[in-house]
Amino acid sequence: MSRTNVILLAVLLTAACALPFIVSNYRTFQFTLVLVYAIALLGLNILTGYNGQISLGHGAFYALGAYCAAILMDKMGAPYWVTIPAAGAVCLVAGFLFGLPALRLEGLYLALATFALGVATPQLLKYHHLEKWTGGVQGIVIAKPEAPFGLPVNADQWLYFFTLAVTLGMFLLAWNLLRGRIGRALMAIRDHHLAAESMGVHNALYKSLAFGVSALYTGVAGALGAIAVQFVAPDSFNIFLSIMLLVGIVVGGLASISGALYGALFIQFVPNIADEISKAAPWAIFGIFMIGFVYLMPTGVAGAVRLLLARRRSHEI
Amino acid sequence: MKSSFVVGLMAVALTAPAMAQKKYDPGASDKEIRIGNTNPYSGPASAYGTIGKSITAYFKMLNEQGGINGRRVNFISYDDGYSPPRTVEMARKLVEQDEVLFVFQTLGTPSNTAIHKYMNMKKVPQMHVATGATKWNDPKNHPWTMGWQPNYQSEARAYAQHILKTKPDAKIGVLYQNDDYGKDYLKGFHDGLGAKKSMIVKEVSYEVADPTVDSQIVQLQQSGADVFFNITTPKFAAQAIRKAYDIGWKPVHYLNNVSNSVGSVLTPAGLDKAVGIISSAYLKDATDSKWANDKAIAEWRQFMNKYYPDGNQADVFNVYGYTVAMTIAQVLKQCGDNLTRENVMRQAANLKGYRAETLLPGITISTSGDDFAPIEQVQLERFNGKQWELFGEVMGGR
Repeated sequence: MSRTNVILLAVLLTAACALPFIVSNYRTFQFTLVLVYAIALLGLNILTGYNGQISLGHGAFYALGAYCAAILMDKMGAPYWVTIPAAGAVCLVAGFLFGLPALRLEGLYLALATFALGVATPQLLKYHHLEKWTGGVQGIVIAKPEAPFGLPVNADQWLYFFTLAVTLGMFLLAWNLLRGRIGRALMAIRDHHLAAESMGVHNALYKSLAFGVSALYTGVAGALGAIAVQFVAPDSFNIFLSIMLLVGIVVGGLASISGALYGALFIQFVPNIADEISKAAPWAIFGIFMIGFVYLMPTGVAGAVRLLLARRRSHEI
Repeated sequence: MKSSFVVGLMAVALTAPAMAQKKYDPGASDKEIRIGNTNPYSGPASAYGTIGKSITAYFKMLNEQGGINGRRVNFISYDDGYSPPRTVEMARKLVEQDEVLFVFQTLGTPSNTAIHKYMNMKKVPQMHVATGATKWNDPKNHPWTMGWQPNYQSEARAYAQHILKTKPDAKIGVLYQNDDYGKDYLKGFHDGLGAKKSMIVKEVSYEVADPTVDSQIVQLQQSGADVFFNITTPKFAAQAIRKAYDIGWKPVHYLNNVSNSVGSVLTPAGLDKAVGIISSAYLKDATDSKWANDKAIAEWRQFMNKYYPDGNQADVFNVYGYTVAMTIAQVLKQCGDNLTRENVMRQAANLKGYRAETLLPGITISTSGDDFAPIEQVQLERFNGKQWELFGEVMGGR
């Protein structure tokens, strides 16, 4: 990591820590959601950006994580921080298992299979034999955690810092994972799976693992999201969520760690801006934004930023 | 000269305490009352979005006519796409950033469930929510939340009363959707029958995910039931009506208000197969020829033409939005200059026989400190093959 990058990161981190003391509680809540989406997008990016497997059903893993957290907190009285690793573990297993049969599917066919998963999710959550746990269509209302040890922050600020800490941990983990041997293997499979195999990469294992890890990230995000929103219900996790996640990684930048953050800002704030511009056709405005972004920054926001920095650097030299 | 001075002094003395009584919470001032709302303008339930639009249009009209007690209403409505997390976000924006006095007509049972706790914790009124669930009438545990339309239980009690009166020896079969909505109706029905609950000879349920309810209808026929209470959502209601007719089962058929749309339920089922079905209503249906010369409906048409020209005048949701907006305007009128959140709740719980003329004749709105269910009356109606015909008296749900 270059020196400028370290300085940039330090500035960003300081800004992130100062943020909840500057903006209102409502904005703090919104930024908490941005961090939550960033984790989910990072997860999807590991699968789609780095490994080339398209998923249109990541909303299902997000929902699974959210329900894990809600059920653990509401039905079993577990403290909120326990639910994060629990949701991650459950989603890791679920993702890995889903990844096994998905191995046989490539490209568009995998996209369709995952799409089916995303479409089915709200209905599966309403399944009445599970109602005892899931609360059926009514969902589950969960309590908001208060700051521990008498820290002088309110519940919204505390949740923001908690989410920030988890986000940092998850990003660090991804950074280590993707820059090393595993990351190279994942990208090799994406670029040419036969060549990767002939170099000794165990394709099946890596692809399933990518699915598992990706689901783990998304599940952790789901759990955090449920705690922030304090409510889960089947209607919260429709196919639209999955599509928005995909939009997020493409706008943010495929195969880019920082892209997850840009994408999260996009899917959190642009729909609100669109709604403010036009009540009659908010999604048309959203579409214009999306086309604009993709047209002006074909490699995502992360790619554009990289290009900009590189240009500045070449000027300096 | 002197006397006029004294009169002037007295006038000042009289108005001074009134001035002092002006009380405001966030969202209210001498000039403005800010009201927040979420509606599904996009997404799967966007058909309901017209309610938000008709309410917006109503306040526009009200402001042009001088507002409420001289204050104009600033109605801030956001799109939540019928997604509960979005509702939470928007409700927080309304309360914390826009600082509305209260939220009004937030739409959808899951959406309102998502913000139920938050609104009550913040002590910001969640007024006249747009859902028929019974749980909104719970002043003890949720003193900041209030429903508006007749809830499922009071509607079901009305059917039970009618059965007890007209067919005391009935054998009743019930078909219900196995979720909170279906069980809400079922509970009201049981309560309404009271000691005569044994009149129910068969109860069968179905899941939203089921393809059809054909086998349930056959089971009900075989049970020997001669009265059928049909608690289903539109798609299943149409199936049930058609199947019952096709297998020659001819019970007295009660259909819940949720599915009494002629266009989206009875027409697909076959209008001839739906003759004689009994349902209930509480609003004047603008398409009903009976109200062609009705003064309130004429006023509503004028309102629609001028303030919401894009709105569909055959859509009863637009009558709904107009009527519920009239109700909140009445509450705010009663609040006078005391526009605190507490007083809004108190006045909303202090409607005594208020009548919005677009409600069916005889239906009034009454609330009290331990009754947060504004409309509890319905009138039964019977389908004649072309349209619904009201009959009998207005029935109190109690």
